[in-house]
Amino acid sequence: MTEPLLELRSLSTHYESARGTRVTRAVDDVSLTLERGRTLGIVGESGSGKSTLALTIMRLLPPAARIVGGEIRFEGEDLLQKSPHEMQAIRGKRIAMILQDPMASLNPLFTVGDQVSESLRVHEGASRKTAWARARGLLEAVRISAPASRMNEFPHQMSGGMRQRIVGAIAVACEPRLLIADEPTTSLDLTIQAQYLSLLRDLQRQHHLAMIFITHNLGIVAKMCDAVAVMYAGRVVEAGPIRQIFNKPAHPYTRALLDSIPRLTDDSHMRLPAIDGQPPDPSAPPSGCAFHPRCPQVMARCREQAPPSLTVAAGQTARCWLHAP
Amino acid sequence: MTTALLQARDLRKHFSVGRGLFGRGGAVVRAVDGVSFEIMPGQTLGVVGESGCGKTTTAKLVLCLETPTEGSVDFDGHPLVGLDAEGVRRYRRSVQAVFQDPYASLSPRMRVGAIIAEPLVTHEDLQREKVDARVKELLDFVGLPARAATLFPHEFSGGQRQRIAIARALAVSPKLIVLDEPVSALDVSIRAQILNLLRDLQTQLGVSYLFIAHDLAAVAHMSHTIAVMYLGKIVEIGPAAAIAKTPQHPYTQALFAAALPSHPDEARDEIVIPGEVPSPVAPPSGCHFHPRCPQAMPRCSSEAPALRAHDDRRVACHLYEGAPAA
Repeated sequence: MTEPLLELRSLSTHYESARGTRVTRAVDDVSLTLERGRTLGIVGESGSGKSTLALTIMRLLPPAARIVGGEIRFEGEDLLQKSPHEMQAIRGKRIAMILQDPMASLNPLFTVGDQVSESLRVHEGASRKTAWARARGLLEAVRISAPASRMNEFPHQMSGGMRQRIVGAIAVACEPRLLIADEPTTSLDLTIQAQYLSLLRDLQRQHHLAMIFITHNLGIVAKMCDAVAVMYAGRVVEAGPIRQIFNKPAHPYTRALLDSIPRLTDDSHMRLPAIDGQPPDPSAPPSGCAFHPRCPQVMARCREQAPPSLTVAAGQTARCWLHAP
Repeated sequence: MTTALLQARDLRKHFSVGRGLFGRGGAVVRAVDGVSFEIMPGQTLGVVGESGCGKTTTAKLVLCLETPTEGSVDFDGHPLVGLDAEGVRRYRRSVQAVFQDPYASLSPRMRVGAIIAEPLVTHEDLQREKVDARVKELLDFVGLPARAATLFPHEFSGGQRQRIAIARALAVSPKLIVLDEPVSALDVSIRAQILNLLRDLQTQLGVSYLFIAHDLAAVAHMSHTIAVMYLGKIVEIGPAAAIAKTPQHPYTQALFAAALPSHPDEARDEIVIPGEVPSPVAPPSGCHFHPRCPQAMPRCSSEAPALRAHDDRRVACHLYEGAPAA
């Protein structure tokens, strides 16, 4: 069997306050695998640690954060053993990232052409002329009309959807193996989101990309992903193949989350089954299983002991005592 | 037949932009361009559409925060246009609003009790004890403990803050509440709580809602009637379930097809419409949607379709017209 493209082993990232008195376990003992060319969705609410997990994989954490343990195996190498210089050669070349706000990823002072050709020149040493020509091809690939003239325009001259497509063009410029997209369509309108998601799917097929979708939106996961990991208070509480999770969620949080979302197909004028309470403060999570104060099936054990990751079906794991033998 | 609580007729709001020196050569944005709808007592009108479609301007017109360029709004049988200051004040007692961001809409320097009591103090001359009792009652309505009144907004989570904003909106017992994206800033697990709360309050108090959101499933879930807007016009309006299940206007079809599925196996026709919403300064001729429409016909580029009754709803599309009106 071939090795997976990306494998996280017991990865933990903590934030420490300035005086070191408060530690937030933003990512806590996370293990995940992603095969080549596949798409993994990481869902969670604010404070669940999903964005910190993405930044940990990219090793782009802010100074207050520290990776305290675990391994990030990417194409057989441990990224945590790489020097900052080596990481620079990997980022943008072998792993690329798309963020929520395209304006934050684009430099307002440089033309689109400069920015799309930059990574080709930096990572592949392409000449100005070849890089420019290839960049134009990339704009065409992300369905920008009149790419030749758009190359000389600045980001502010474009709409949000176009900017996000340009960020996509930069991301795939150097043929990365892995693309991490952190809420890539949150700022886009619905029909533009549909265009962008179909574009990402085409890029994925053409370039045989593996993708990680970081999102709070289970609809995006249902549409785009092969597998999903659900995060709550820094931990992956459930992970598995997409149909398995949507049809037979094993963790009460996953089940409650799926039930609480209104559906277009519903005949509903009934109440939504809501989850009581609110997501925990990541710096002071509840004892034991972090979901226990909101869990409809809570048991005595849940309040004291955090459940380990248990296998509930082929490829599906859940951190829940309900599934303990 | 019950009469509408609010009736908007051919409402228009135009903004002039980019005006040159001495006001010459300015362009006009037709943010709302001839919109008619009604809101029935105790019911919800959902408005959907993408950025720039005019849904927020429509909400502002209903809230009397903008004066319409043309058209009329009747509330409870009385026209809004031409109200004096006192009339506007009285109207604002009957119409309240809840906005998207509960971090921006609550003053950080006021205690929750004072925030909720503010409309009571502004609109009603009540004794202190009566105000306190009403605040307690309102907190109870929205599922917050009475002691919340003594705390500041920063001591609450996003979902709780939205409850506070709802309590404030309810304070003067309004007949209509404008909900502008009330759950989109909230965590997924909190949204259902707030949507349920809004539904319960409607049942208990008989309040009407004008519900604006981009989450189509939430709008379909909350609304009795849905209006779909595109570049300042209503392209389709009708019963919520019918619009959600069998959209007829090609734009509504594309919009609902673009909504994300709730299950990986949910079969949905992929209609990815090309292009983006054009600038409202220079909307396309004829039907504003024709450059992106998969079913555009020659007349669509020259002739703007009127909103006409079709089946159980009204649609503005030449596809449903048959022969042109004589």
